[in-house]
Amino acid sequence: MNLKALPQRRRGAEDAQRNAKTLAFPLRCLSLRLCASAVRFFLLAFAAFAISSAPTLADEGGRTARPAIDIANPGKCVAPAEEMRRNHMEMLKHQRDRTLRQGVRGEAASLNACIECHASKQTGSVLGSNDNFCQGCHAYAAVKLDCFECHQPKAGFKAAGVKP
Amino acid sequence: MSSQDKNPRRAFLAAAGTGVAGLGFTVIAPGLHLMAVAGNADAANAADARKPGSAASPAVRWGLLIDANKCAPGCRKCIDACHSENGVTEKLPDPRQNSQWIRKIELVDRRTGHSTQLPMMCQHCAKPPCVDVCPTGASMKRADGIVLVDRHICIGCRYCMMACPYKARSFVHTPLHEQNPEVPRGQGCVEGCTLCVHRVDKGLQPACVESCPEGAMSFGDLNDASSAIAKQIASVPTTQVRADLRLDPGVRYQGI
Repeated sequence: MNLKALPQRRRGAEDAQRNAKTLAFPLRCLSLRLCASAVRFFLLAFAAFAISSAPTLADEGGRTARPAIDIANPGKCVAPAEEMRRNHMEMLKHQRDRTLRQGVRGEAASLNACIECHASKQTGSVLGSNDNFCQGCHAYAAVKLDCFECHQPKAGFKAAGVKP
Repeated sequence: MSSQDKNPRRAFLAAAGTGVAGLGFTVIAPGLHLMAVAGNADAANAADARKPGSAASPAVRWGLLIDANKCAPGCRKCIDACHSENGVTEKLPDPRQNSQWIRKIELVDRRTGHSTQLPMMCQHCAKPPCVDVCPTGASMKRADGIVLVDRHICIGCRYCMMACPYKARSFVHTPLHEQNPEVPRGQGCVEGCTLCVHRVDKGLQPACVESCPEGAMSFGDLNDASSAIAKQIASVPTTQVRADLRLDPGVRYQGI
C-alpha cells in the first residue's frame, strides 16, 4: 500500500504564523484598554467637578440630586407627598371633568388650591424659575407642563380688567 | 276632618293644610315675604348656592330676561363688567380679533326711525348647534342648561363659531397671562359667555346682570314657577331671538 505523505513542513510553518498573530493580539488589546481607562478617568473627573459646582441642586447628602423648591405654605396637602407625586395629574384630571362638566364645586383636589399653598414666597407663582413648585419638578422630570397656558399660575391674582 | 281624628295620616294632612294656608296669608296680607324675594334677589340666590360636592341639577334651567326698553343707548356697563369679571383684557391690533363675550346691538326700524338697544351674548340654547357640530365633544351643555366650552379638549377648529346663529363665540388668538383664576382661558381655544358659571355656582348673579344700572337684565331659574324671572316671563310678552330656528334659547328679550 502506497500512502501519500502528508505535507508536514508546510503545515508547521502555517501554525507558526498563526501563533505569532495570537501573540500580537493581546498586546493590541492591552494598549486599547489603557487608552479607554484614561478616557474614563478624565470623564469621571469632569463629572465630579460638574456635580460639585451645580448651584440649583439640593440634598447633596443623598445619592440623587433633587430640585430645590420654594413653597410658601408647606405641609397642608390633601394627600401624602408620595401619593401626590405619583397621582396629582390623575386627581386633577378627574376633578376638572367633574367640575366643568357636572358642575361639582369645592373638591379637595383643585388646581387653584394647589397654587394657593405651593406658590413661591418670592414670586407668588408656581412658574417662572426652577425654584418654583410646578416648574421646578416638571423641569427636573422633563415632563411638559401646559396647565398654565390657560390657568393663572399666581396665587391670589386679581385680573386688572377693563375700566370704563 | 278634625284634629281629634284617630287616623294619624289624616291628622298630618290637616296640619299640613293649615300650614300652607298660613303661609299664603302671610304672603298676601303684609306683602313682607314677597318684597323680600323681589328686592333682595342676591340673598335669595345665595341660599340656592349648591352644596360643595353636589352636581348641577337638571331640574334647574338658568336663564336671562332682558328688557330692551330699559337698555340705555351708549351704555357699556354690562360689557365692561363681563370682560373685567372674566379677564377679557387683550387689545389686539385688529379689533375684530378681540374676544367678545357680550356685545351691544342696535336695531333701527327704517320706517319709523325708532332704535332699540340690546345686549347679545351666548343664548344658552336648550338644543345648541355648537354642541351638535363640535368634533371633539368640547362644546357641551351642563345639566342646568349652561352651554360651555371644555378647553381641555377644544382643538380650536371653530366649527361652533360657524354654527352659532348668534355669533356668540370668539377665538383666542394670542397667549394670555392676565386670567382670572376662576376663569381659565388661553390661546387656541374657542370661548363664549359662561353665564358667569363660577358666580352662579356660588349663588351669585352674572356680572352683567349685577352691573346694569337700569335693571334691564334679570337672572334666575326658568323652571321654577315661583322665581321672579319665571313670574315675569309668565306675565309680560317676551321673545327668543331667531325663535324660528327652534333652538329654545335660555335668554329672552322683552320689547323687541
